[in-house]
Amino acid sequence: MTERRQRDAKDKLAREIVTPEGIPISFTLASVGDRAVAFVLDLGVQAIAVIVLVVVLSIASRGMDGSWLTPIAIIASFLILNFYFPFFEVRWQGSTPGKRWIGIRVIDARGGQLEAGSVLARNLVRELEVWTPMRFLLANRLLWPNAPGWALLAAGAWTFVFMLLPLFNRDKLRVGDLIGGTRVVVQPKVVLAPDLVDQAAVSMQMRQQAAPTYAFTTEQLGVYGIYELQVLEGVLRQNPKSDAYRDAVQTVADKIRGKIGYTGRVADDARFLRDFYVALRGHLEQRMLFGQRREDKYDKRA
Amino acid sequence: MKSVEFRRERQATWDELEHMLRLADSKGLRALGADQLARLPHLYRATLSSLSVARSISLDRALVEYLESLVGRAYFVVYGTRQHVWRQIGEFLTFRLPDTVRRAKWHILIALVVGAAGTIAAYSLTRSDSDYYYSFVGDMAEGRTPASSTAELREGLYHREDVSTVLGDFAAELFSHNARIGILAFALGFVAGLPTLLLLFYNGLVLGAFVALYASRGLGLDIWGWLLPHGVSELSAVTLCGAAGLLLAHGLVFPGARPRLDSLRERGRDAAVVVIGAVIMLFVAGMIEGIFRQTVTSIWVRYDVAAATAALWLGYYGLCGRRRA
Repeated sequence: MTERRQRDAKDKLAREIVTPEGIPISFTLASVGDRAVAFVLDLGVQAIAVIVLVVVLSIASRGMDGSWLTPIAIIASFLILNFYFPFFEVRWQGSTPGKRWIGIRVIDARGGQLEAGSVLARNLVRELEVWTPMRFLLANRLLWPNAPGWALLAAGAWTFVFMLLPLFNRDKLRVGDLIGGTRVVVQPKVVLAPDLVDQAAVSMQMRQQAAPTYAFTTEQLGVYGIYELQVLEGVLRQNPKSDAYRDAVQTVADKIRGKIGYTGRVADDARFLRDFYVALRGHLEQRMLFGQRREDKYDKRA
Repeated sequence: MKSVEFRRERQATWDELEHMLRLADSKGLRALGADQLARLPHLYRATLSSLSVARSISLDRALVEYLESLVGRAYFVVYGTRQHVWRQIGEFLTFRLPDTVRRAKWHILIALVVGAAGTIAAYSLTRSDSDYYYSFVGDMAEGRTPASSTAELREGLYHREDVSTVLGDFAAELFSHNARIGILAFALGFVAGLPTLLLLFYNGLVLGAFVALYASRGLGLDIWGWLLPHGVSELSAVTLCGAAGLLLAHGLVFPGARPRLDSLRERGRDAAVVVIGAVIMLFVAGMIEGIFRQTVTSIWVRYDVAAATAALWLGYYGLCGRRRA
């Protein structure tokens, strides 16, 4: 049953949301590391923006009275530092340059529309989560002169509780996510691999052959369930030129033949597996249409 | 096989959606034409229905995973934030902000009372013994301590200076400093609101001690004339931020019949809106402080401006957007 445990571990980061249409779709939560890296990248972009602004302003004001320069620079950097995240998360549907680079996004935790109010709330809290601990770390003597060491330590620990919150809850929520009602998830990659059954049909046509090379009885197809079918799919989708593929095909083909008691002669293991996959999928899908889902080989119900 | 036919029939729709999403991701939603934009929700729903069909008839894992991720990406675009930024800002200013502030009236009242309590406490203590001034204000107000002479204090209130010198910097500095204090008061609401109340009280203490110093030299009327033109906006903004923190604390500590997280989320959204209102007010306060205060030295004009800003904010938060509610 270790396979099952592995599957559970993989699902640990998967979260299902129900779209307003009532259909559940699942997303993978972004890891804390990914989010931290995205945050640092975003900080870098902000820093560059502020520097560029100051340089442009000082070039533009050359030869003029530059006394209005500082207030403008201060106000502009305040706006950049505080509204960078809300601006991008509203304009780019929950993404910022850093998040986009890493491939993560903000969504509404319940699957509804991501509201501007939530975006604002989740980002304003950064003052408490990031900047207060940072200021404390860098300038605690300045903020609180002649405090005893233990008090500084306690206050420091207190400020860091919020920063480290994502490490201590199942959903990797930071305070801003709690208040805004948001989650950060991985942007899924969209790749459609060809259908193995369709491919088999095409190759049969090429060989001008009406039936598959290897045939199986209903009892033989009744041994396995959906989980095994999809493991087999994984094996068949490996790069056919790799050594791993060749080894896996041989091992798996032997194992299946032993398990289902297949006695015919097999010249081509790969074709055997492909035919078995097509037959098994047809069999299981048909049973499924009648409402009998067989999850794996241990499933006794169907 | 049914699942194979299903895929052959529907794949054109998926490809079209995928193509559109690619375009939107690399060039933004604006890269899509009007008819494409109109088709997007349609394609999204068609693909969503494909996904639920695929889940019930197909065992091709690659297909189901593909549809899940395609639908996920389309979901980001269809249910991401709305696009009309300017319209959203307009609706925010004319309805959402004043309405939310009105709904938070009790929280605002509490914040106001705590701030006022701090002010009164520090005022009476400092009047009785001017040494308290140092413990409330500290050393930050240079040249404005009990050690300064009355003439110096008066000079500070009516000193004329060019707009574009030091004061501009001071105003800008003050704006971002106060805004940060405000945002912090909001964020501290997450810690059950107690630090928010402390921050408000402390802010009141500084104000009270400051006023007491001037009042003890017979400059009571003058200090209010100096403070209020920008102070009306600034103090209200700090109060609003405190109220936002209290909203958060309310949602967290007293969720009522709802799950705690839901209640926190709802109040959190309202609180963020209130903070944005406060930041706007701080901006106005900074402008008044930088440009107006040091160029207008007539005390009556100062009081008029203070009254005008008070009327402006009360009218805006009290009346704006009432019809829609």
